Amino acid sequence: MFGSITAIGMGLAVIGAGIGIGQIGGKAMEAIARQPEAVGDIRANMILMAALVEGAALIAIVIAFLSNNP
Amino acid sequence: MRRYILSFICLFFLSTFAFSQDHGHDHNDGHGHEQQATTDPHEEGCGHIEEGEFNPGATAFHHISDQNIYNIGPFSLPLPCMLYAPENGWSFFSSGKFHTDDHGHGNGHVAVEGYVLVGGMVHNIRDNSFPDGEVEINNHGFHTTITLEDGKEKEVNAICYNDRLWAVDARSTADGGVFGGGITSFYDFSLTKNVVAMLIVFALMAWLFFSVAKAYKNRAGMAPKGVQTLMETLFVFIQDEVAKPFLGHKWEKFLPFLMSLFFFILGLNLFGQIPIFGGSNVTGNIAVTLVLAVITFFVVNLNGNKNYWEHIFWMPGVPAWVKTILTPVEILGVFIKPVTLTLRLFANITAGHMVIVIFVGLIFMFGKGQWGASLGTAVGSTVLTMFMMSIELLVAFIQAFVFTILTASYIGAATEEAHH
Repeated sequence: MFGSITAIGMGLAVIGAGIGIGQIGGKAMEAIARQPEAVGDIRANMILMAALVEGAALIAIVIAFLSNNP
Repeated sequence: MRRYILSFICLFFLSTFAFSQDHGHDHNDGHGHEQQATTDPHEEGCGHIEEGEFNPGATAFHHISDQNIYNIGPFSLPLPCMLYAPENGWSFFSSGKFHTDDHGHGNGHVAVEGYVLVGGMVHNIRDNSFPDGEVEINNHGFHTTITLEDGKEKEVNAICYNDRLWAVDARSTADGGVFGGGITSFYDFSLTKNVVAMLIVFALMAWLFFSVAKAYKNRAGMAPKGVQTLMETLFVFIQDEVAKPFLGHKWEKFLPFLMSLFFFILGLNLFGQIPIFGGSNVTGNIAVTLVLAVITFFVVNLNGNKNYWEHIFWMPGVPAWVKTILTPVEILGVFIKPVTLTLRLFANITAGHMVIVIFVGLIFMFGKGQWGASLGTAVGSTVLTMFMMSIELLVAFIQAFVFTILTASYIGAATEEAHH
């Protein structure tokens, strides 16, 4: 597994998820700063959205991992 | 306070020690094998196993995989084996019959009815001419050869007995060979480590909830007390943050399902975090998460109303040519949802367990058996592991919450009334 092109695929998938989750987290922080009383709703939705973005990245990682097996 | 901190640190070093003992032996054994190979008549015909460098990836996989023995520290507790081979029929025996070595490798020194235990897992000897009953073998792990099969490289594992190599099969898996398994010569229906962990968590949960329910009955109208307070916080959290906002007025119908999911996943996640208690990796097993997701799939689609199916097969309010693209995508979406549920929980928990094992494994990568280097890395990796474990504690809650909230949102989308 180590040193194969799979590692590049996994890395690319993680970059995408990182940008996505970073955006979600940043915007959620902004929203909480604007409206501190809505913190509960914002947090729940933030986790939900982060989970959806993460799902796409995980599928990419698992497929990269599987395609590594000859 | 100081006493708690002290006992915590002691506990942690103890668990690290149990692990390191396990792999310290690995290295000692490495030399032992070479000597044995020349003196032991059993090994002559097969040559000895090459003990390579410490392989952190393989070690991590060994530690997170399901096993037929239950390791607590250096002790291996036997579990019942229920094995079925189409050619030989059923076999029932305790995995204690394999006579495992005592330092956690899980290599059995006795073959029982054509089955051997290697790396904690039961394997079947493919050749039927292998003697039945209990046979003493010299088990130091696999002799692995790589053969070509249908143009693909395939690893064949073998054990040594009577100067001959006997090819062995791993248990059949239902993944169709995606993870390197597929249907082999036998099926394993045993109570494995994961099953036992699941039963323990089931018993704990049942005890916890029955006692809390009894407390509510006995102390009706009074403020909650003790463990009741903790369970009420979690319960009300899921009810108010997950069930009510996503399910509308139908929340009471689906609340038991959501609660079962949440507490089952949370319980197993937390149970798997206890380092000295087997470190079972139940929610990090793709079969377990797949079954959970399949249950969700049925609950969502059997409760889907006309409105839900209309939005999948014939989305209202879009031009006809868009529908030709939209319908296949929506149909795919029905199946992708449970797949992502499966993979999310599986990958998060597996990754957490693996990272912890690899951090502890750093000691053996950098230490290479030298005292100073080992001790230095041990201090560093202990700190890293503790940090990682506290993150895993958070992940255990978040993943249980995410699985529940996504299930609730899928059910909510399927049962929503039309309003346009």
